[in-house]
Amino acid sequence: MRLFRGRWLQLYTWLVIAWLIVPIAVMILFGFNDTKGRYNTTFQGFTLKWYGKLFEIGDLTTALVNSLLIAVLTMLIAGVLGSLIGLALGRYRFRGSGTMNIVMFAAISCAEIVMGASLLSLFVTLAVPLGFWTIVISHVMFSISFVAITVRARVMTLDASLEEAARDLGAGTWTTFRLVTLPMIFPGVMAGSMLAFALSIDDFVITNFNSGGTVTFPLWIWGSTRVGIPPQVNVMGTLIFAAGLLIALGNALMARRRR
Amino acid sequence: MSRVRAALTPYALIFPGGVWLAIFFVVPTVVMLSLSLQSGNVADGFVFTWNWQSYVDGLTNYHDQIIRSLAYGLAATLIQIVIGFPVAYWIAFKGGRHKSVYLFLLLLPFLVSFVLRTISWQFLLSDNGMLLGPLKDLGLLPHDFRVLATPYAVIGGLAYNFLPFMVLPMYVALERIDPRVLEAANDLYANKFQTFIRVVFPLSLPGVFAGVLMTFVPATSDYVNASVLGGTNTTMIGNVIQNQYLVTQDYPTASALSFTLMALLLIGIFAYAKALGTEDVLEVAAR
Repeated sequence: MRLFRGRWLQLYTWLVIAWLIVPIAVMILFGFNDTKGRYNTTFQGFTLKWYGKLFEIGDLTTALVNSLLIAVLTMLIAGVLGSLIGLALGRYRFRGSGTMNIVMFAAISCAEIVMGASLLSLFVTLAVPLGFWTIVISHVMFSISFVAITVRARVMTLDASLEEAARDLGAGTWTTFRLVTLPMIFPGVMAGSMLAFALSIDDFVITNFNSGGTVTFPLWIWGSTRVGIPPQVNVMGTLIFAAGLLIALGNALMARRRR
Repeated sequence: MSRVRAALTPYALIFPGGVWLAIFFVVPTVVMLSLSLQSGNVADGFVFTWNWQSYVDGLTNYHDQIIRSLAYGLAATLIQIVIGFPVAYWIAFKGGRHKSVYLFLLLLPFLVSFVLRTISWQFLLSDNGMLLGPLKDLGLLPHDFRVLATPYAVIGGLAYNFLPFMVLPMYVALERIDPRVLEAANDLYANKFQTFIRVVFPLSLPGVFAGVLMTFVPATSDYVNASVLGGTNTTMIGNVIQNQYLVTQDYPTASALSFTLMALLLIGIFAYAKALGTEDVLEVAAR
């Protein structure tokens, strides 16, 4: 079939990839823009000065620090809670596992705005003051299921007889877990926790509903769309992008070496 | 003793995370339903009164936005299938050794904040911006031509932002097809077109299904694209819900609309699963 000839499809695939990358390239480029006024809209020459003035906007820096703190807390809490669920679902057959699966499926496929709105409804009804901790609560809530399915997938590929062997050799429950189970599921735990970090640092919708007066990086950007985005935002976006790229490439290299 | 302990182990493992999900995900849905049936205002507080009026008001005042959201969500989803399928097909069958590189490139946008990506498009598409400005200067486009504040910009933004969620499941389904099945089709004198229509496409449907599930819901309920790329005529139901909750604080109407959106999406998903002949939605979605 002519239409599906390899070359044209290859060209097409590259065009789609280019379409996906264009806005990122623009973001990176305008972090290097030597803009004179407060509007960062036309390219006026190359400069590195915004990298030097990265932390000059106090509110923006606070927002970025908030985002990082919340992402780390989410990674730790959702990482542990989600991994435990993933371990239970992947290793044991028990009554109630079906319900757990349905709740997780619902949490993953639920519209973000509905999750954010219903959680806000709860906080409003109970008169819980909104802020940093309600954001953490919401991020852990939507990340747990993603961690759990990542860990569950890892647990299901493992051989349970190794744990039995450890027990036969006299290891107690805790020792078996620490020396056998945990090292085996650890790649899954890491992948799940990193996913939780990434979901948390990028979240806008649910945070928007439950943040109160606390501002995160995406919320700060959202708040300044009307007045214009300063180049510092582009630089921070570029640095987060670069860090993500490095971690992903490092992961891929390590996976290749292990093979 | 140890047998009892072994039977209790899975419950102990799911307990903390399960409680978190119950308190902050399941219970809030019930609270939202209750809130939608209350009456009152922020200053004096709300009382539960079986006040169905919020639903009536919500649907009469905002049916345009609801229909628009469903239409935009559907349009974006269809565009994603059309744009994404050839990409998934090419990577799955012709990607060779570099499959993971192409998949990685498709996922690159997720390393940049969703809001920032959308704002980048606003910047690119602005009336005299990088794309339209030069075309207007050359006289290729009339001076009052615009993309921002039109439905095209919003639908385009939605299609852009969720495209990887569509391509990945389609890729997984296509990649799983056993090459011997294609050889068998060839041996039975199917030409390439017939092979595609009768073998490859049906086998890719679980992937398309999962992709639709992962893109239609966020696209329909989104308000970021409509706010950043749209105008007053492209307001979606998400914008209304956000505004009612966070600005006017009319919680009963806001939660009624939010609950309606949730119900519509659920009905849509199940109707779609039925139409596709999928016996168990959960099973397909879990893959």
